[in-house]
Amino acid sequence: MREVTLGIGGAAGDGLDKTGDTFAKTASRLGLYLYAYNSYQSIIRGGHIWLRVRMGEEKVYSHGDHLNLLIALNQDTLERHAREVEPGGAVLFNSDKLTLDSSLFESQVLPVPMPVRELLKPLGKTLPVMQNTVSLGAAIFLLGLDFEMMAEVLADTFQHKGQEVVNQNVQVAKAGYNYAKEKFVPLGYEWNFSRIRRPFITGNEAMALGAVAAGCKFYSAYPMTPASTILHWMVAHADRCGIVVKQCEDEIAVANMAVGAGLAGARSMCATSGGGFALMTEAVGQAGMIEAPVVFITVQRGGPSTGIPTKTEQADLNQALGASQGDFPRIIMAPADVTEAYYTAAEALNLADKYQLPVIILSDLLLSEHPETIERDALKPDLVIDRGQLVTEWPEGNGTYKRYAFTESGISPRALPGTKNTVYVSPTDDHDEEGILISDEYTSPPVRRKVQEKRMRKLEGALKELPPPQIEGPEDADITLVGWGSCRGVIREAAEMLRSEGIATNQLHFKYLLPFHAKEALEILNGCRKTIGVEVNYTGQFARHLRSETGFSLDDMVLKYDGEPFEPAFIVNRVKEIVRGESLSLEVTREEAQEIAYHYIRTHLGNSVRPASMQVRNGASAEEPTWSIELVSRKGGEKTGDLIVGQRTGSTYAWQPVSTVSRD
Amino acid sequence: MEMTISLPISTYESIIDPDWCPGCGDFGVLRGVKMAAGKLGIKPEELFTVSGIGCSSNLPGYIHAYGVHSLHGRAVAVASGIKFANQDMNVVITGGDGDGYGIGLGHFVHAMRRNLDLTYIVMNNQIYGLTTGQASPTTMKEVRTKSTPRGNAEMPLNPIALAIVSGATYVSRAFSGEPRHMADVIAGGIAHKGFALVDVFSPCVTYNKINTYPWFKKRVYKLEDDPDYDATDHQGALTRAYEWGDRIPLGLFYREEQPTYEESEPAMKEGPLVHQKLGLEKELFDDLMEEFV
Repeated sequence: MREVTLGIGGAAGDGLDKTGDTFAKTASRLGLYLYAYNSYQSIIRGGHIWLRVRMGEEKVYSHGDHLNLLIALNQDTLERHAREVEPGGAVLFNSDKLTLDSSLFESQVLPVPMPVRELLKPLGKTLPVMQNTVSLGAAIFLLGLDFEMMAEVLADTFQHKGQEVVNQNVQVAKAGYNYAKEKFVPLGYEWNFSRIRRPFITGNEAMALGAVAAGCKFYSAYPMTPASTILHWMVAHADRCGIVVKQCEDEIAVANMAVGAGLAGARSMCATSGGGFALMTEAVGQAGMIEAPVVFITVQRGGPSTGIPTKTEQADLNQALGASQGDFPRIIMAPADVTEAYYTAAEALNLADKYQLPVIILSDLLLSEHPETIERDALKPDLVIDRGQLVTEWPEGNGTYKRYAFTESGISPRALPGTKNTVYVSPTDDHDEEGILISDEYTSPPVRRKVQEKRMRKLEGALKELPPPQIEGPEDADITLVGWGSCRGVIREAAEMLRSEGIATNQLHFKYLLPFHAKEALEILNGCRKTIGVEVNYTGQFARHLRSETGFSLDDMVLKYDGEPFEPAFIVNRVKEIVRGESLSLEVTREEAQEIAYHYIRTHLGNSVRPASMQVRNGASAEEPTWSIELVSRKGGEKTGDLIVGQRTGSTYAWQPVSTVSRD
Repeated sequence: MEMTISLPISTYESIIDPDWCPGCGDFGVLRGVKMAAGKLGIKPEELFTVSGIGCSSNLPGYIHAYGVHSLHGRAVAVASGIKFANQDMNVVITGGDGDGYGIGLGHFVHAMRRNLDLTYIVMNNQIYGLTTGQASPTTMKEVRTKSTPRGNAEMPLNPIALAIVSGATYVSRAFSGEPRHMADVIAGGIAHKGFALVDVFSPCVTYNKINTYPWFKKRVYKLEDDPDYDATDHQGALTRAYEWGDRIPLGLFYREEQPTYEESEPAMKEGPLVHQKLGLEKELFDDLMEEFV
């Protein structure tokens, strides 16, 4: 398959998002499939932003492991990522401001310095951010993409600012394109452009759209990364779609308003991340007790506490399973990709109505914020809207309407408030069929037993309705990779890579986490030769859940908890180690040592130095082997000192300057 | 204007009798809510009472109307959600001072500046009754309770002043010992378009031996009896809100006409959300998808 990965790195405020977006739209409109991932920080200006856009003629399922073309918007990016560019690739940078030392990139990689100032001079007054557009133009040429398509995308992007701005942007891009054409040869990509225009969409957008298409009428939220873009999409389209979108004072209000709206009969949803979900949890139990249909989306980010707000993790499964006190029925689902996010939102609203309970959707930063290309008809508008058993009429002589009638299915047909002759109270105290409290004056152990059984029984029906997990890939395999949620695509790719290396691998993936298909899962797992869990967390929360539901312990784990999502090679390498019987090394790798050095430089030494050579030394500076990292001046390349980092602990033991290091 | 046909108080008779202590001020409030609803001709299926947790929050169980007996402190948020979903409902929140002015204070303040058309009746007994007599946010300074054996060291919260400065558009106070006046004040709050606070002195006969019926009876007077009082004067209202001691005002402190939040919400102009068609027309859906291409 023909594919290429572009990386763009810079600081927040460099206009990297727009640049990436323009590129992605251009490639997407040419008919290529894309998957992008933006590694960013909780900062509006500064920091290091690292965007990768992978594209191919066939569907790509992750941002991959490769880098073919780098656009560096600052010096940091050149130093940290130029070396990752593979032979045959190129490094694009503004040569007015940045220098690319030959030690920073591999041979057979083409350096492409762009004299931006000179190129822009004929175009009159331009904005600093337009250096990106110059580079984009050159990238389009080097990758063999269609300049006219980029011009069209730029026109769409800037049309609201007027034709003059559009023209200027196109001219700037053209200058970059022409310069590259004059000085360099293309990197040799021969594309078959289908020119089929497919949507390029994030998980949050898909989930918001899916909810609205399935009749969500009330959405409440409090801003929190990485859930905020659901709020943004919802509110931007609220008037056209006829939904009420309410930003509240806190997540407690968010959840309780959603419960109120759901109870009153509107399809109701809210979203947050783990910290906000912690505040919502009492209301989750409330929805369980008063049988209010509500959908709670919690988009996981690195935790605990404030954690790493702009980084991904799958470590809130325990929280979702344990949200709120007491036993009550809840459904928990974790969609795997953008398309599934769309249908899961609709499915969640249906299940919430049908079984009158809270439904929790566990998403994560990777799924919520990465955009990917999907097929044009992947998201269908004609969704099933199933409101469950509703009582629309209750004749006066019919006796008392029992809101919480004890039924075989556990589902009590619901009269929406306002339905004549059905007046009732929904109490968070436990109650009988009519909603009369059994907590204060009229306590009754048998009534409590039956009402609890009635509520919990609803999950039996739900489990029957939900599709059980299935093996994906070859039936006969030596290794079965077990995952959940957003990891499906990357695991799928890792399994393919392992198979191509002669290790028969398939995958077992879980979307429905509660109620759980214990019987079906156990049957499959018992037939597997070696099972390896793959999760983005430290403790293997899903593996533990699986064990508690089935009694089955996975043989081994591939875990990641550094904030970045899995890349296929990471999984492949660890699986191969497991196959070889090698135990997991937690030592600081060379690449990590370099990043630790950058962290120290940024926080203590300013921007005047960079890491150069690195080697492991034994016992000299600490009671463990250490990385001795030589730092050199960015300008002259002369040594400024050594940074000593523990190979086991990662502790920064010492900064040993040669002389005084200047700060800028 | 539509003619109001008042309904008898028996319309709202619940099959459950209140489990409040004999003599509790909340009996009077229950009667006051029923009288107000009857006076306004609100049918049971058009009335939604929402409470939190506490003695007073049991009220929805004792009135024949829709109700939610929600979580401690969350009644205002739940009620807001109900109002968003179905603006045809008369949503009346009934809770206590611990529930509304303590654990739920954040929602209370924000609901006032939001000005949804809600009526909030706070049965203020200046004590936590259900948990057997701890200090509440409105317990007076130096009063001894189970949790303040040396006397309460904190200033009591002033709900009337707080409401006036927070943007409530109907701010009032009533007293369980004046049932007819209370019914009028509550009816005024329900009829008012916007957020209405009715703070009610509802004595706890079991745990508050200071702020008793006789204590209030000696002190309260009605603002309506003062011909010079102007309930549209913001500063004047604030001044009266601070009046406490020998004379304590009851009645309507402050009122202003402001657009409600509902009126600013385009989706709600098409009628209650609960009655609207669900899903998207194909044409609109296609337009939305086009934004991603």
